Amino acid sequence: MSSNLATAGEQPAYNYDIVRKFAVMTVVWGVVGMTVGVLIASQLAWPQLNDIMQPFSHFGRLRPLHTNAVIFAFGGCALFATSYYVVQRTCQATLFGGFLVPFTFWGWQLVILLAAITLPLGMTSSKEYAELEWPIDILITLVWVSYGIVFFGTIIKRKTSHIYVANWFFGAFILTVAILHVVNSAAIPVTLTKSYSAYAGAMDAMIQWWYGHNAVGFFLTAGFLGIMYYFVPKQAERPVYSYRLSIIHFWALISLYIWAGPHHLHYTALPDWTQGVGMVMSLILLAPSWGGMINGIMTLSGAWHKLRTDPTLRFLVVSLSFYGMSTFEGPMMSIKTVNALSHYTDWTVGHVHSGALGWVAMVSIGALYHLIPALLGRKEMWSVKLVNLHFWMATIGTVLYIASMWVNGIMQGLMWRAFNADGTLTYSFVESVEASYPGHYVRVLGGAIFLGGMLFMAYNTYRTFQAESDNAAAAQPQSA
Amino acid sequence: MDINDWRGISTVFLMICFIATWIWLWSSKRKKGFDEAANLPFADEVDHQQASTEKDARSSNAE
Repeated sequence: MSSNLATAGEQPAYNYDIVRKFAVMTVVWGVVGMTVGVLIASQLAWPQLNDIMQPFSHFGRLRPLHTNAVIFAFGGCALFATSYYVVQRTCQATLFGGFLVPFTFWGWQLVILLAAITLPLGMTSSKEYAELEWPIDILITLVWVSYGIVFFGTIIKRKTSHIYVANWFFGAFILTVAILHVVNSAAIPVTLTKSYSAYAGAMDAMIQWWYGHNAVGFFLTAGFLGIMYYFVPKQAERPVYSYRLSIIHFWALISLYIWAGPHHLHYTALPDWTQGVGMVMSLILLAPSWGGMINGIMTLSGAWHKLRTDPTLRFLVVSLSFYGMSTFEGPMMSIKTVNALSHYTDWTVGHVHSGALGWVAMVSIGALYHLIPALLGRKEMWSVKLVNLHFWMATIGTVLYIASMWVNGIMQGLMWRAFNADGTLTYSFVESVEASYPGHYVRVLGGAIFLGGMLFMAYNTYRTFQAESDNAAAAQPQSA
Repeated sequence: MDINDWRGISTVFLMICFIATWIWLWSSKRKKGFDEAANLPFADEVDHQQASTEKDARSSNAE
């Protein structure tokens, strides 16, 4: 069967050092980003927490810090780690690019550090998920182009005849994010720390949400589907359910996602037909999204019993369930009449976190629990019991978070549109804020449980690395 | 040509691309190649060849 593959059994010397660095930083930034998340959730429940160190600790400054930390620091490091690992192993080639490889690591860490300094200082371009100012944007571009050279260079020097489907997803993610970042971040610098967008008015808004939604579609979906297509088959020890389905849903997904951005701008100054296109494209997007989910889950057919004993596999499969759930919820919320109720409410926040915690974080965590032992040549993590505990904390935390936001969101939407017989509003805005407090407390609880799970993961990772270096130290005198 | 003609043509063109991809994918000629590609995550394991022959033996026993 593997006649045109490199001879099995002769593994080339893969570059695992860079994968290890990114994997460890994924855990570190996960803890940091989610801690800030719990802090800002607490600020909404107890507003006096805004005053810890004004103005740096204000919600408005910490919120972009949270989103940047979890998406680009935690999610970004997870994508770097897994893509570098998967591309090497499925191409049976070591990473291309020489000094560019460590540059992507140190450059990316520098970007994160600069974000953590500039955002609390209030330096922002005010574009959502693209808040960083122009000098940092240029550094991101340099790192990203290097990432592309390393990734595609490795694909070119592959020893296998096929390019495995996971690499198609990673490749689409790298290429599209480069285009999105360069176009949306185009700006006219005024000083070193201040710039103005190159676009104006409704066009600026459309470009921002073309970027914003495709940050979700390519950074947080295509990239993580790449993770899914390698780590689910690997952990389940069987090839993907349908390779053909993976190809058709890849092309359908990438050609549809790019049009869905206008659903963020329903009932705004955006031309009505554009809103209509955005809504229709978002609805069609359900099909390729579920194609991926079904393909991942069905990979387990005949191996369902493994879920009973393997918490890592459980992480991966439950993340796919959350993916299916949020990609059903998303198209539904993009319908204009539903959006009239849900927009600007906590429902949107809940939807994002059903994707971010349930899908992105859980698939990354599952992949890391497979990856970390594999990098160290171990069978499993230091404690599988802790992995299991983490799984339940992550699941319960996510469910508490999204359920409280559904309740809050629908309640806020209904309160804002309630009219009296004489045409006046039934509730003032602040009444809807007051009514939201119970949901905000539950969100803090859910987020704190999820963060607690991440702390167990950090401890487990530390012990796994330590156990390995103890082994190495013990082996040393024997061999001498 | 009116812009609406181009809109119609582009929709039909994309439809044809989509259907052509399905036909290309489900051609029985490509089954072997796709099976090979699907097994790439396992192809670089040291005991891969041994494991896959064992699996083949097991499944043929079961039949």
